[in-house]
Amino acid sequence: MTEATSSLSASRIGGSETRSISKLDIGLKRRYAAERRFRTYGLVAVTIAICFLVALFGSIVAKGYTAFQQTRISMIVNFDANIIAPDGDRSPAAIMAGNAFRFDDLIAASLQSTLELDPNDEDALYDGLDLLSKGSAPMLRTMIAKDPSLIGTKRNVDFYATGDVDSFVKGSIRADIPESQRLVKDRHIAIIQKLEKEGALRLAFNTGLFTNGASTRPELAGVGVALVGSLYMMLVVLVLSLPLGVAGSIYLEEFAPKNRWTDLIEVNINNLAAVPSIVYGLLGLAVFINFAHLPRSASLVGGLVLTLTTLPTIIIATRAALKAVPPSIREAGLGVGASKMQTVFHHVLPLAMPGVLTGTIIGLAHALGETAPLLMIGMKAFIVEYPTTPFDPATALPTQIYMWATEPERAFTERTSAAIIVLLAFLLAMNSLAIILRRAFERRW
Amino acid sequence: MSAVQVATTFETVRTPDPASRPVKIHAAKVKVTYGQKEALHGVSIDIPEKAVTAFIGPSGCGKSTFLRCINRMNDTIAGARVEGTIKLDERDIYDPDLDVVELRARVGMVFQKPNPFPKSIFDNVAYGPRIHGLARSKADLEEIVVTSLQKASLFNEVKDRLNEPGTGLSGGQQQRLCIARAIAVSPEVILMDEPCSALDPIATAKVEELIDELRANFTIVIVTHSMQQAARVSQRTAFFHLGHLIEEGPTDHLFTNPLEQRTQDYITGRFG
Ligand SMILES: Nc1ncnc2c1ncn2[C@@H]1O[C@H](COP(=O)(O)OP(=O)(O)OP(=O)(O)O)[C@@H](O)[C@H]1O
Ligand SMILES: [Mg+2]
Repeated sequence: MTEATSSLSASRIGGSETRSISKLDIGLKRRYAAERRFRTYGLVAVTIAICFLVALFGSIVAKGYTAFQQTRISMIVNFDANIIAPDGDRSPAAIMAGNAFRFDDLIAASLQSTLELDPNDEDALYDGLDLLSKGSAPMLRTMIAKDPSLIGTKRNVDFYATGDVDSFVKGSIRADIPESQRLVKDRHIAIIQKLEKEGALRLAFNTGLFTNGASTRPELAGVGVALVGSLYMMLVVLVLSLPLGVAGSIYLEEFAPKNRWTDLIEVNINNLAAVPSIVYGLLGLAVFINFAHLPRSASLVGGLVLTLTTLPTIIIATRAALKAVPPSIREAGLGVGASKMQTVFHHVLPLAMPGVLTGTIIGLAHALGETAPLLMIGMKAFIVEYPTTPFDPATALPTQIYMWATEPERAFTERTSAAIIVLLAFLLAMNSLAIILRRAFERRW
Repeated sequence: MSAVQVATTFETVRTPDPASRPVKIHAAKVKVTYGQKEALHGVSIDIPEKAVTAFIGPSGCGKSTFLRCINRMNDTIAGARVEGTIKLDERDIYDPDLDVVELRARVGMVFQKPNPFPKSIFDNVAYGPRIHGLARSKADLEEIVVTSLQKASLFNEVKDRLNEPGTGLSGGQQQRLCIARAIAVSPEVILMDEPCSALDPIATAKVEELIDELRANFTIVIVTHSMQQAARVSQRTAFFHLGHLIEEGPTDHLFTNPLEQRTQDYITGRFG
């Protein structure tokens, strides 16, 4: 093309005008060089971005993947009726009540037989018990309460090892540092090695990470409550912000008169999108908790606050999607006598749908990762029980990450990264969903 | 120039209709303002029934603006204001009691750029009858669609792919689809704003042929930039200039011996 033009101009001007041709060529060289330089800048920028991304994901995965496995110690437990139900009452209520230490006795007995300890060697027994999570006795109790028919039988039971033993087994507490600075002592290591050799101690998939609630003991801590809390919040956000946002945008874009007031509203919506989310947290604290007296730490309140932060995003995305629908489609609808409302809902909105859905899901993804406003409304409580309704106290994934990040134990550090991996997986899934939905709804016009 | 002279200069020159068809649309002193800017300065015209009336004139003279007044499409433009009266069959269309949706069902429109809905060919044509409840049954609806497509002389080309998207047709076919869509609601008037400007000569010839056939049943108003087209399809022609209706009369009369100097200049290509 460029060659053709230059030869054309040369032929038109005549052979004597060679100077103008070379002048043209010099200009072209400069322009091509500029283009090459620009491409190089772009390539460098993309490479740097990818490097950072790989480093970020790499470090999180490297720190967190170990948390998906956990050390278990399996031992044969003799569910001795005389210890569990000394008075013969085998009802779950009776098992849950009464002296909890009796379950420790069960564990001690099975530990003694597993390690073949001298029944009178108390020190050896306590060293062995040190390896087991302090949650073992309650775990055994709920297990029996759920299934009283276990009483009187002998069964293999998987116990959790403590977080420190877990870290040692995974190699993050190393045996070559001096014993005084090590959380796992030499005598414990000896037992661990013995159990390992017998096959009683091994790594297994950590289901508790997804099902457990908060715990001060890392081996018993999980994101279960946070997952449910986040799910409830996303539901609240979706149910409130999608209809409100879409209806608001349709009104502003298609029906509202264009005057000073709607201009003001438009400017303010754009401003709201830029307001730091912690401000919404303060607003939520003042309005939903102190004024409306909604329960503190509840996912409902979290969802309401996140709705506020998400609404501007959804409105802006929806309005952009509506604006992108060619006006000729509206004219076509009105031209055959459709009412304004029919035109919008039959023709404009379906065309805008991919944009609306993408905007909504991106907004939801933002809301899922939002932390600061949730800290303001107290969604960082220590919650062990699953919330059954959005009114119950709960935590959220990002606040759970925040809380774990402040814990010193190595086992919590890996759980922090694991929770981040879970959060990122959800975000990735939502973004993929956005792409799939956009593809599905996309239509040519 | 004195005020009196200005007033007389912009008096529309009219030549009566030799066929003396009944008046379908009567417009008197129609002024349109966009914000502060007056785009039409008082247009009065009678448009006859079951005939093709062409609007010609240089770009920006207000042809589209006037056309869009007839089905109140200007209502949708923020800041547009219409004064004067336009009557469709003796009924003022700007009467607050008149339903604009009903008006647009009676006065259909075909736009400059073909704008089929991103739906199937069938649904494009069926949309109007559906929302107006014109078909009592599925068979009824199918019949309306088929006859509309036939009237728009498109049926034979698309009869095997009624369920394919209307946007997949060629430009000329799309424009005929839009005409079929307008016909399907059985309007009395069809407004066409440069319907052939996006089409090649063959497609244009087809649409022109179609317009000539439609004249038997519909009142047609067409805006065109092509003098030849106006001469070919219309019975009456109106010449607009700078927001004024300068001259209006039977097409052959206006093109052969225009009474106004400006009309003469325009049709001989001296400006515009
Ligand atoms: N939506 C609008 N807002 C403001 N001014 C407008 C608008 N539409 C048209 N105008 C103005 O009104 C005048 C008449 O425009 P109109 O579109 O009716 O011209 P036209 O005769 O159809 O021209 P063309 O042949 O180029 O289509 C022009 O000066 C134009 O700038
Ligand atoms: Mg126009």
